[in-house]
Amino acid sequence: MRVAENLNAALHGLLDDDPTAYVLGEDVLDPYGGAFKVTKGLSTRFPDRVITTPISEGGLTGVAAGLALTGNTAVAEIMFGDFAALAFDQLCNFAAKSVSMYGSRLPLRMIVRCPTGGGRGYGPTHSQSLQKHFVGMPGLALYEMSPFHDNRDVLAAMADRGEPCLFFEDKVLYTRPMGQADPLFRARLDGDLAVVDPVVPELAARPDYVIVTPGGTAHRALEAMRSLLVEEEISGRLLVPSRLYPLDVEALLPHLGEVVLVAEEGTAGGTWGGEVAHLVHQRIWERLRGPVRLVHSAASVIPTAAHLEREVLLTASAIHHAVREALRG
Amino acid sequence: MTETLTPALGPATGGPPLSRLADDDLELLLLIRHFELTLLQLYGRGELNGTTHTCLGQEYVPVALRPLLGPADFVFSNHRGHGHYLARFGDAHGLLAEIMGREGAVCGGVGGSQHIHRDRYLSTGVQGESLPVAAGVALHLRRTEPGALACVHIGDGTWGEGAVYEALNMAALWDLPLLVVVENNGIAQSTPTAAQMAGTVAGRAAAFGVDHHLVVSADVDEIRTGLAPLVARVREGRPLVVEFVTHRLGPHSKGDDTRPPEAVRAAQENDWYARYAQDHPEHFHRFDGPARALVRGVADEVAARPPSRWSPCA
Repeated sequence: MRVAENLNAALHGLLDDDPTAYVLGEDVLDPYGGAFKVTKGLSTRFPDRVITTPISEGGLTGVAAGLALTGNTAVAEIMFGDFAALAFDQLCNFAAKSVSMYGSRLPLRMIVRCPTGGGRGYGPTHSQSLQKHFVGMPGLALYEMSPFHDNRDVLAAMADRGEPCLFFEDKVLYTRPMGQADPLFRARLDGDLAVVDPVVPELAARPDYVIVTPGGTAHRALEAMRSLLVEEEISGRLLVPSRLYPLDVEALLPHLGEVVLVAEEGTAGGTWGGEVAHLVHQRIWERLRGPVRLVHSAASVIPTAAHLEREVLLTASAIHHAVREALRG
Repeated sequence: MTETLTPALGPATGGPPLSRLADDDLELLLLIRHFELTLLQLYGRGELNGTTHTCLGQEYVPVALRPLLGPADFVFSNHRGHGHYLARFGDAHGLLAEIMGREGAVCGGVGGSQHIHRDRYLSTGVQGESLPVAAGVALHLRRTEPGALACVHIGDGTWGEGAVYEALNMAALWDLPLLVVVENNGIAQSTPTAAQMAGTVAGRAAAFGVDHHLVVSADVDEIRTGLAPLVARVREGRPLVVEFVTHRLGPHSKGDDTRPPEAVRAAQENDWYARYAQDHPEHFHRFDGPARALVRGVADEVAARPPSRWSPCA
């Protein structure tokens, strides 16, 4: 099953199980079913609770907050995550604040889906990874879709959290298969954390390095791990948390070694990776061979032409090189 | 449905004689007036933290609306919301405790003057932000509690925000029971409306096919009579913009009034308080002194309370 199908099934499941659940966004109705077809079939089965909206990202996010405020579970789709910038006020100043600024906790079951990232030639304003702009906002949790986490569970975790959640969905994942496709590695879940190790037990037991990535970057990290293993006999482990913020760093610690990297598609500066590094340094600085190494896309807009886009976006080879440098110290 | 009324100005003050009000309406008007005056005094003495925005001169807006709204209705208030809260709950103690950060505060002292949530009442401090939220609430009400509505108070300055138009569009499109109450006091902080708004509120509502009703009167009974059938239509899913032409007597917040004296004088001449005192002196004086004393008592009692307590992790 492809990731988009898994997410689509998860939304069907949510609307099936929760009579107060709504899905709203631009062009989400059948037969179109959303720009990435993730909402396909929903409006046919649940015509009253799947709502197509005007091109009003701030407005539709506010409507979702109003539905959540009155006890519903609201899932809003922002067609391209870049446009979450248009909903920043509703997210930061209303939804995230309302959970706590009225003196007692006011739970909101609210999920804002953000198709994210480049690699599909959509150009500078339809390809960004804006996670870092939302990191560190009390009352707003960030999750990222991954091939290792069943989206039904992730949707349930976000709704049950009782505070607004942004769900970043790397667009490249939609057409990739769920689960682990590379026969050299095996993925397992340790709670919320996906842990991917080589299938050979001796290699899995003593990884030379550990990479932490959000779900959208996992396949590039795995490609780097394969080349490092096959070409250089360097063995690594991949950790993919479902919830990016607030990060459960304690869950990472048992899986970390002396060399740790964070790879993400966003640009450097004020990043999620910086947050991970800070938390890891606080806990296990003395166990590390060097500081946590961060790998990003180039500090650039994301060009449209495929050959130019490839030049700036985070690649498997960039991760490969970063691991080599980290191991050299 | 734009209705334009030209008020006939009385000799000494800015309007025709006001109707004699029911006792509870007059009491509520005076409670809000003395509450706001007391706040400015407390600020002047350095006893309040931060800032506040008083509704002096605009008290009659929520008082007129009070019997038109029921407990199932949501009210979204804004930065100038003390009158809205008092008209809904009559709870001067809880509101002052909130503003002063004392025990018994409605929201633990976290929200302060402009961020209050209680039952189906919610205020927030960012202009225009509550309109889309109210549209979402109205969507919920239309489906689960037909007949209930969401009422949002905004000002003339709020019309500078795009969120207003996104919400009006959805409200009209989806037949939402949304009542937008515009308190057009002619000034946005320090900027006269003429310097910040092209066209009119009526024209903007008309652009979305949303009904607009203009209220220039400060007569509570007259306003209610005009509004009652229109609010009933909102409950059936016909959104409405009610524009009150009103007057802000005081500064935007505390001491920041840069209006020319004639503008302040014009606001004072339209003040319902002086007009009612002139039109119904016996009724006015029977309740004014007690209202003043009541609020003074509230202020003394609340000021003596211990600080409110709140845990950031709550």
